[in-house]
Amino acid sequence: MSEGRIAYLNARLLDPASGLDATGAVLVEDGKIADFGPGLFKGGAPSVSRVIDCQGNCLSPGFIDMRVLVPEPGEEHKETFDSASEAALAGGITAYVCLPNTEPAIDNVAGVQYVARRARDLKRAKAYCYGAITKGLEGKELTELGLLHEAGALAFTDGDKAVANAKVMHRALSYSKAFDLLVVQHPAEPDLVGSGVMNKGELSSRLGLGGIPPEAEVMMIERDLRLVEMTGARYHVAHVSTKMAVDVIREAKRKGLKVTCDTAPHYFALNETSVGDYRTFAKVSPPLRDEFDRRAIVEGLADGTIDLIASDHIPHDQDSKRLPFALAEFGIIGMETLLALTLELYHNGHLSLLDAIAKITQKPAHVLRMGGGRLKRGEAADLTIFDPDRPGTIREDGFRSKSNNSPYDGRPIQGRVMATIVDGRMLFKDEGF
Amino acid sequence: MTDTSATDYRFPHPHILGIEGFSAQDITHLLDLADKYVDQNRRFDKKTDEMHGMTVINLFFENSTRTRTSFELAAKRLGADTINMSVESSSIKKGETLIDTAMTLNAMHPDVLVVRHSESGATKLLSEKVNCAVINAGDGSHEHPTQALLDALTIRRRKGRLNNMTVAICGDVAHSRVARSNIHLLHTMGARVRLVAPPTLLPAAADRLGVEVFTDMREGLKDCDIVMMLRLQMERMQGSFVPSTREYFRFFGLDREKLAFAKADALVMHPGPMNRGVEIDSDLADDIDRSVIREQVEMGVAVRMACVDILTRAKREEQA
Repeated sequence: MSEGRIAYLNARLLDPASGLDATGAVLVEDGKIADFGPGLFKGGAPSVSRVIDCQGNCLSPGFIDMRVLVPEPGEEHKETFDSASEAALAGGITAYVCLPNTEPAIDNVAGVQYVARRARDLKRAKAYCYGAITKGLEGKELTELGLLHEAGALAFTDGDKAVANAKVMHRALSYSKAFDLLVVQHPAEPDLVGSGVMNKGELSSRLGLGGIPPEAEVMMIERDLRLVEMTGARYHVAHVSTKMAVDVIREAKRKGLKVTCDTAPHYFALNETSVGDYRTFAKVSPPLRDEFDRRAIVEGLADGTIDLIASDHIPHDQDSKRLPFALAEFGIIGMETLLALTLELYHNGHLSLLDAIAKITQKPAHVLRMGGGRLKRGEAADLTIFDPDRPGTIREDGFRSKSNNSPYDGRPIQGRVMATIVDGRMLFKDEGF
Repeated sequence: MTDTSATDYRFPHPHILGIEGFSAQDITHLLDLADKYVDQNRRFDKKTDEMHGMTVINLFFENSTRTRTSFELAAKRLGADTINMSVESSSIKKGETLIDTAMTLNAMHPDVLVVRHSESGATKLLSEKVNCAVINAGDGSHEHPTQALLDALTIRRRKGRLNNMTVAICGDVAHSRVARSNIHLLHTMGARVRLVAPPTLLPAAADRLGVEVFTDMREGLKDCDIVMMLRLQMERMQGSFVPSTREYFRFFGLDREKLAFAKADALVMHPGPMNRGVEIDSDLADDIDRSVIREQVEMGVAVRMACVDILTRAKREEQA
């Protein structure tokens, strides 16, 4: 469904893929990018059915969030595709990739088709999914990786569970190589994690909470990298949180291994002190680390070791969080705060605006080998219009997500999504736009 | 000993959830008050009516006989009404029980809730949901503030001071709420604190807690004024944290030979209940010249009276 020819004028065009950062216009026709550039419509008024004045706001490819949990089926009271889609659109996200940690897990073709059908019927933000690496996420038997991929699974992961068995991981990587599939690991050595609930260190000792050592992360990555060397498979590390992991991945990339990684905003915007006073909204897996690690994550993002940023959106209701710390669930919602927190890297001088936006557009599209993530003639018109400077405050009562487990309530921010366009249709518009 | 009662000092905390965050003045004030209650408790008539009409609820999600009894007696001697609630935590999801029970009890207008729970931070969470004062009677591996206060009172009465005392806390420090509260209290009061344990029973980054860390009992006890032994849970003895009971006793159990490295007049303490022959030699535990374990129990009632008293004082003054 299209709205004919629409012209977006007076926009600051941002396209990380081509390095474009200039004032210009975009012409959308039949839901696709027909033309764009600084010179477009310079010759006179365009003959279009609708003109939208972007008021000098940035216009970039729609954001892609490669790590979202929509617990449908299973825990619809926490989030559904309906609510997740609205949260995504409000966050400027035009496409998101769902983790397989549903009940039942996405470990069969029907599960992948379910996500595709829900997204198609909703016609809101585009929802994709991962296939599970192992049946029932149990870390034992491989799923039908090839068939799941054919059905539309973009990549493979056991989500918030690590594939702990070295033999199983070796087989997964080895088999994936034949189909050139991407395998995504939650890097945590389960026995070292044990009953840990926060970063291991002075603070966990003071609070009397079980600690998860940073070594649990890097050990799993180091083991996997050996398997990647053995198999030549494509491997991606999810939500890197420690300096040790960043250093090891930097070295692996230097050696030419096909390894990529992401982090989530909480690993560069917060540190472990956020869980002081037992704040369960800051309980997340992997845990928030210390300031030393947080800075290393920022450095990893700046030098490109960390390819991209995913929100790691894990919705939980009050009953799952209003508990003694050790009993509360892990997870933070993140889609609606993704832009503002990513822009902190720009406002604090760690990344250029283009590089910051690349982390949530071009880079995830590239890693997942999916469409979008760039301004290109003939591509779907998935676009986000945002003001990178507008000040505001994160409010937990302002979320469109069904859950509000965000540790950022009250945080002052800069940057606001003004409009979100999917296939040429403006599905979200801020009241100030 | 500074007398804080004459000044216009007011106890600034609405709850007693932990020693961390308490000033030396807060601690001294509580100990001075408890000292008076020790005298009261030794009289024939141990009961006053200071808290007449007030209600103290002991809410225990974890089994405990001695601590609960101590709190109950403390409240009764101040003239308050008390009830004990033991919540079976095995059958129901603990967290739901905690908040639901707290809200229910809150509706009954208690003045003080004494709470013990197996999860760190549980009493803090509960204190955010109720309108009355909350005393932490032990939360997970976090804090057990009244135990640290009674230990401090015991030391102060025996040694006359806390500052510059050298105190060795020995055993399962990693899982011990008693150890954490004692570290904070002793550190705040100017004592030198040592932790003595095998590395598997030391908390992470222990050296950053303002203590000296030892993994050898003889070195750790050298020239100590106080030897504080901790209880080692049975389930942690069989090959998980330490290889065996007998190996533990051999290297980390307190006996006369190891105690000889401490000062000649060093006192032996234990929060109870003791595992005789595991962390402490049975004979030594009963030696009235060295062991003050029974005295600790006596101080417990006085300290808990002070805590209940101080937290309800503002309310009573308002009424009067």
